[in-house]
Amino acid sequence: MKDRREVRRLTCIVCPLGCEIEVLLDRGPGGDVRVLEVEGAACPRGREWAAREVTDPKRVVITVVPVRGGDPPTVSVKTDRPIPKSRIPEFMRALAGLEVEAPVRVGQVLASGVLDLANVVATRESRSMGRSLGERP
Amino acid sequence: MRSRVEGRRDVVVVGGGPAGMAAAARAAEMGLDVLLVDEGRRLGGILPQCIHPGFGVHYLGEELTGPEFAQRLASRVEDAGVDLLLDAHVPEVRWISHAEKGVRVLSPGFSGEVRTGAVIYAAGARERHRFEIGILGDRVAGVYTAGEAQTMMDVYGILPGRRVLVVGSGDVGMIVARRFALEGAEVVGVVEIMPYPGGLTRNVVQCLEDFDIPLLLSHRVVAVRGRGRGRVERAVLVRVDEGLRDVPGTETEVECDTVVVSAGLVPRMEVLRELGALIDQATGGPMVNDRLETTVPGVFAAGNALVINDLVDHAAEQGEQAAEGAAEFLRRGGIPATDWVKLRPGEGVKLTVPQLLSGERDVWVYLRVARPVRNARLSLRGAGKEVRLPVVRPAEMVRVKLMAGEVRRAKVGGREVVAEVYGG
Amino acid sequence: MGVRVVVVGAGVVGASVARVLSRYEGLEVHLVDANPDVGWGVSKANTGIVHGGYDDDPDRFPLRAELCALGNEIWHRWVEELDVPHTWSGALVVALEGDQRRELESLLERGRRNGVPELRIVEREEALAMEPNLTQEVEAALWAPTVGQIHPVRATVAIVENAVDNGVRVHLETEVRGVKVEGGEVRGLETSRGFLEADVVVNAAGLRADELADMAGVEFPRIRPRRGEYWIFDRSAGPKPRRVLFPTPTPTSKGVVVTTEVSGHLMIGPNAEDLPPDAKGDVGNTAKGLEEVWERAGELWPRLPPRRLVIRTFAGLRPEPEGGDFVVGNTEVWGFVNAAGTRSPGLTAAPAIALRVRDALVELGIELREKGEWKATRRDIESTIDLGWRERVERARDDPLRGRVVCRCNLVTEREVLEAIERMRAVGVRTPSIDSVKFRTGATSGTCQGSFCRVRLVELLAREFGVPPWGVTLKGRGSEVGVGDVKVLLRGASTGGEGSEE
Repeated sequence: MKDRREVRRLTCIVCPLGCEIEVLLDRGPGGDVRVLEVEGAACPRGREWAAREVTDPKRVVITVVPVRGGDPPTVSVKTDRPIPKSRIPEFMRALAGLEVEAPVRVGQVLASGVLDLANVVATRESRSMGRSLGERP
Repeated sequence: MRSRVEGRRDVVVVGGGPAGMAAAARAAEMGLDVLLVDEGRRLGGILPQCIHPGFGVHYLGEELTGPEFAQRLASRVEDAGVDLLLDAHVPEVRWISHAEKGVRVLSPGFSGEVRTGAVIYAAGARERHRFEIGILGDRVAGVYTAGEAQTMMDVYGILPGRRVLVVGSGDVGMIVARRFALEGAEVVGVVEIMPYPGGLTRNVVQCLEDFDIPLLLSHRVVAVRGRGRGRVERAVLVRVDEGLRDVPGTETEVECDTVVVSAGLVPRMEVLRELGALIDQATGGPMVNDRLETTVPGVFAAGNALVINDLVDHAAEQGEQAAEGAAEFLRRGGIPATDWVKLRPGEGVKLTVPQLLSGERDVWVYLRVARPVRNARLSLRGAGKEVRLPVVRPAEMVRVKLMAGEVRRAKVGGREVVAEVYGG
Repeated sequence: MGVRVVVVGAGVVGASVARVLSRYEGLEVHLVDANPDVGWGVSKANTGIVHGGYDDDPDRFPLRAELCALGNEIWHRWVEELDVPHTWSGALVVALEGDQRRELESLLERGRRNGVPELRIVEREEALAMEPNLTQEVEAALWAPTVGQIHPVRATVAIVENAVDNGVRVHLETEVRGVKVEGGEVRGLETSRGFLEADVVVNAAGLRADELADMAGVEFPRIRPRRGEYWIFDRSAGPKPRRVLFPTPTPTSKGVVVTTEVSGHLMIGPNAEDLPPDAKGDVGNTAKGLEEVWERAGELWPRLPPRRLVIRTFAGLRPEPEGGDFVVGNTEVWGFVNAAGTRSPGLTAAPAIALRVRDALVELGIELREKGEWKATRRDIESTIDLGWRERVERARDDPLRGRVVCRCNLVTEREVLEAIERMRAVGVRTPSIDSVKFRTGATSGTCQGSFCRVRLVELLAREFGVPPWGVTLKGRGSEVGVGDVKVLLRGASTGGEGSEE
């Protein structure tokens, strides 16, 4: 039978120390991954992070969305939860056609359940162009 | 706009980024009459273009994106009753006396001189550009600084290019590389002149490795090439040796249509220099005492205009310190005279702030090391203080508290504290 | 309408010709250039010095000798009429050793023969008193008080604006592909925008003047590009000389100059590197050339600021004609008039060359009568940075956009940018480009080199020209600042990069 075990080397990002961590893992027939051993992490948080990073790496995605008639003409957005790293390109393409109307306020949900993975939330405001520049809302 | 501009102020804060906002809010919360002047159309400085997370972990106790962090501070500024003048440029601060300054302002809404007791200068930094780091060749389109590329993409919604080479692996360089990759551009590499990455490991992993972006250490870009009045077509790279000298015969060319220069920041010093403030060659910012007062009485500095910070949290913290310094200055009619202890960088240390210590108060000391050291021993010689740190890197500011009593020890000796870093 | 004159090349020479000819009744004057804006060829990248006229040997280069001295005189009037940024700082030609002093004496003699006033050789002590930071090695210097400096592109813009005001029509981004000659007479030009009828064609095509002459079948000396490289320091960097400093010249070049240019920056350059004839677009900077400039400049000015205070390097090409003299006047083809071969001191001589072209038209039998109404003056965009504080405040109170600073380093306001855009349109600029605004206002040319304000200019240019922001260019088509909107690659759509429609 083929050896399903492999070693993954990671640089820990939990703290500035940047431990070099080795994770011994076992790849199941269905692609599922089981962590057998974590070595080289100086702390339990690092061990936990490494195990998660090899089994199910996730990231919060950050991008911008164009705002029709907005000042500025984009808002920055983030996903309201981390999504699987492998699906980020697909997620970005799904958002590519999204455009919203001004005004947009911080915290506003601009797209819900994108690819059933996350909502997209504005992190910056964009006002309607009509208002004079520099004016406070 | 709500603000009243005319009339004398207790404090005028120049710059509405994190340091300026924190300074203005804190000063107003202490009951001072504060005017905050900023060049932008909205508050935030460079934060609104820094759309990635990682802001505020220390200062606010939660992790936010740049725009969200800016929003938090802007609300605090508003709640504190700070008057605002936006879209406003300060070309000059005029000395009238040690207790009086004239802040000259040009803006669509108000232009003129605002009299004030204290000035907090928090106008930030500018980016080093291609001509300062020796990128020769053709002066074609497609060469941008990192902040400019961020602004184009993440504020104005313009994609600067499709095949991008990033120069400099500081956090900003790596974060910009990721932004391009996310939007579907090909990032052909991040070039770093030093033999180690300039930014945090976290960013090496999440910005570069996540997107298979090559990191090319010990290299520099010597030229860009393009035809006529066109766009960048290629970049010329060369390997450098330990002394950062070009290794002959190692030139290679990389095809790209965009070169993003992320080669560090320089504090904006024109106004302070004109005012006669002494500039520290190591920080590029003004020399300050432990109230963050520059060598010009009543003029304080904070944020990247003081020293280039790695974390927004430090910039905001300096803003608050400067506000407290300004309040003390106003209350006591000036910072009391004392025999100042000088803090300066020594072995393994590039820069230290503040440069003058009174010994009358505890003080946060900020410093940067010259090279990465594991199991580092940080010595503040003269103050008899030693701190052990698991790892120090040039990219990360080290921040340690020095107690008043420790500073006073130096008053018996050479009136000097020297920061040194040793391995092991 | 009478005679149609088409001037090819909207550099300082072509512009000067157009202005001079705009004065006469019965001429319809057109100015044609392949570039997106005026003054973007040879005129763009040089020292901007208005030379005294003592360099050029009247026996070997009679045209240079005569037209340089005359041009200097005319520039004194033109900078006032046209409100061109300038300084009449004077120059010192510095001799470092004994035989260089002999060279100064021959310069003095040439200057005397060319009619240059106020020349004088000053001894070491006087030279050092005039310029205390000059090298201690100085032995003597030629003091030439008539030498000045102008901003060459702003000068060209000024001349063209005035010419347009007086009826000249400008055709930019118009490439000449052929000259139609019938029966030994000029009939017109084949251009990228169609046929342009002409009775007279003035060849002010700079680096490509030989190629234009070829198209007309006119004999013309070959023109080689000679590259010069320059360093510019931050405004705060010094010490700066009060006067233009030249080394003692060599047979090929006036040498590397140390000067405080019109906008107040220390500038050093150029070297002189002959490139192959096909390298007429090669304005790249090289380490070798720049190092040479640095070394030469250091010989005159040992206290050069540190390199970290350099804000820009650039390079320019000078058209070096075989034979070395200007080529000005009528040719074997009736109506084909040269105003070319304009190597140094071409910028200085430009107004005088223009008068020679006028004389050539008279020689052809074209009757020139001065117009009853001709506008001699033109005002520049008022620069905020040149104003005192009170004036700045007054302007901003009258006009809010004079209070909105776009370029922080050079204190350029939104009004100045908008006015530049309006004037770009007035001289026929079709493609919105940042360099057009830069040359008219100074925006993006300060300490930060545009990293703060370039995008603001993009915003304003896009709005005023009605193009998407990514279609705004740095220096004309093909140099668009972006490839499309931020999602363009993810959508997989075709990009807007080439799409800066008129």
